[in-house]
Amino acid sequence: MNKTSVTNKIQTEANRQDFSRVRTNAILTPDQKVGFLRAMMRIRRFEQTALKYYNQGYMGGFLHLYIGQEAVAVGALSLLSADDHIITAYRDHGHALAIGMDMNGCMAELFGKATGCSKGKGGSMHFFSPEKHYWGGHGVVGGQTPLGLGIAYALKYKKIRGAALCFLGDGAINQGTYHESLNLAGLWHLPVVYIIENNQYSMGTSVERSSTFRNCLAQRAEGYGIAWDTANGEDLYEVRAKTQEAIQRAHEDCRPTVLEVRTYRYYGHSVADANAKKYRPTEEIERYKNFHDPIRLWCKRLLDEAVITGKLIDQIDEEARCEVESAVQFASRSPAPKEAAIFEDVYYEVDHATQAGCSGTHFFR
Amino acid sequence: MPLITYRKALNDALAEELLRDENVVIVGEEVAEYNGAYKVTEGLWRRFGSRRVVDTPISEAGFIGLGIGASMLGIRPVIELMFWSFAYVAFDQIINNAGCIRYMSGGLIHLPLVIRGPANGGTNVGATHSHTPENFIANTPGLKVVCPATAYDAKGLMKAAIRDNDPVCVMENTLLYGECWDVPEEEYLIPLGVADIKRSGTDVALIAHGRAVLTALKAADILERQHRIHAEVIDLRSIRPLDEEAILNSIRKTHRAVLVDENRPFCAVSSQIATLIQERVFDELDAPVVRVCTLDAPAIYSPELEKRQLPTAERVVNKTLSIC
Repeated sequence: MNKTSVTNKIQTEANRQDFSRVRTNAILTPDQKVGFLRAMMRIRRFEQTALKYYNQGYMGGFLHLYIGQEAVAVGALSLLSADDHIITAYRDHGHALAIGMDMNGCMAELFGKATGCSKGKGGSMHFFSPEKHYWGGHGVVGGQTPLGLGIAYALKYKKIRGAALCFLGDGAINQGTYHESLNLAGLWHLPVVYIIENNQYSMGTSVERSSTFRNCLAQRAEGYGIAWDTANGEDLYEVRAKTQEAIQRAHEDCRPTVLEVRTYRYYGHSVADANAKKYRPTEEIERYKNFHDPIRLWCKRLLDEAVITGKLIDQIDEEARCEVESAVQFASRSPAPKEAAIFEDVYYEVDHATQAGCSGTHFFR
Repeated sequence: MPLITYRKALNDALAEELLRDENVVIVGEEVAEYNGAYKVTEGLWRRFGSRRVVDTPISEAGFIGLGIGASMLGIRPVIELMFWSFAYVAFDQIINNAGCIRYMSGGLIHLPLVIRGPANGGTNVGATHSHTPENFIANTPGLKVVCPATAYDAKGLMKAAIRDNDPVCVMENTLLYGECWDVPEEEYLIPLGVADIKRSGTDVALIAHGRAVLTALKAADILERQHRIHAEVIDLRSIRPLDEEAILNSIRKTHRAVLVDENRPFCAVSSQIATLIQERVFDELDAPVVRVCTLDAPAIYSPELEKRQLPTAERVVNKTLSIC
């Protein structure tokens, strides 16, 4: 399936394939399709509400919003089997919610409370859920790429038929660790799927200004003997179809894939990004919001397929809003971590009061 | 008791742990088919195969990150750095990933990995190959670091490090690999966080780690024979966690301290020991805490000079005489 022609892979309006007929999508039930809408709406409302409370001073640090990219996480994660794992960078709220993390815990984490999913110790960039096979939430650009590789390595070592989906941005592809990871993945035949969420800007720098071979970021994979493909991130069916091929390659052949998904973020790199409308023309942002919004497009699809009504869409939206508001209440009511908690969760051995944990001084003053 | 080399002691520790736990995997450059750049992993690949002993390309950030990621799923990688000087190539992975993931996840994740390799000067390999970064690791909560000075300590600490569920960095020494010590055949572990009194004394405590312990022992011998000063030599063995009580007890007994540290002075491990002593047992001191460190410049190549740049027994003796 290793296509080499870039032009074949970049869909234009004229030749856009209808991915709804691909088997992965053809077998979806109406409930599942509606479920995807629900998942995307929950993420959208969560992010919008997080923005509101961030601006009111309830959160510290950075907030990297996933608004506009929802179909990528929802689409890709909807395909995971019990033995698949995922990891991403710092724009991680969408992946967290899509994989099923509790919204209360996520909101409380943003508020820095003890009831947060990381006990208030990680913040926005560090949501984790090992039980759901979600390994974070990472702050240094590209730093998660060898971690994702390691997860794939462990799956292969343990002879588990699983894939490690490692998300990264268009900025991360220029980090050295990503290249080291690709070489290792190709050399050792590891079941990792690198999903490049190309939202076309790494902070204020466009793809054109940051990457040689800017027309197709995934094609670099050829240099490492790795299969690659591209997908349009506004089309949930296409995200599913292309991700499924990559997961299959991981499961059946134990081989890696690089999948570049074209997407867009409506807000800045983070909420603190003061130049979000300077490095991008306003008309570009408006065009994406009006014509390429993944949620709007999915609603239209579902209406066309007659699996949803306008009334149900509104209801889902209302439920999402309520759920998010309730998460805010939960977060507001929750206590901050106790001061002693600063020293907890540093060392496993200390936390579990094992012999090793009680031997020698572990914390200094 | 058999007399074996530091290298063989490590080799035995690795073989025993590979045998004991299916999840242990040795990873690094030249560890398998080459039998190890310094022969520490000699014979392991022939015995355990490519799945358990893995040769990597030259990609420290890549394979250390891979090891960290794999440890999240329960693999226990023992990752070799050919020189700890190469750790800086992978510093983001070591400090930000190995050091912080447990904390940032609120304790949901633990990383049972070991990063090991030689950390030392004294071999004329130049400034970029002669680093001793135990101080940087010790400054990073979430990580642990040990510096064995003898074959006995190397074996016991390596086994404990592999069984530890937190990331442990083991700093070895190319100049020690060929040296011999008594090492029992029966299994034993040395817990992290426990120092060792290598020589008992009453007049001054010489506190050191790694090869500096042997320098301190030479100095103690000279102090005894030529100056009738009975020096105690404390081998820290474990830097983080640290055996603070052993240090403080020694000061309570001897009332003077000379810290011997192969690192450069600013923010070295000995800086921490000095502040510990003056803060906790100030009234026990009869003299300021003094140090003998590597002379504060990048490692010089010239063989004649490099031996003088490192702490020497002579400098330790002179420093001790200045406070005794």
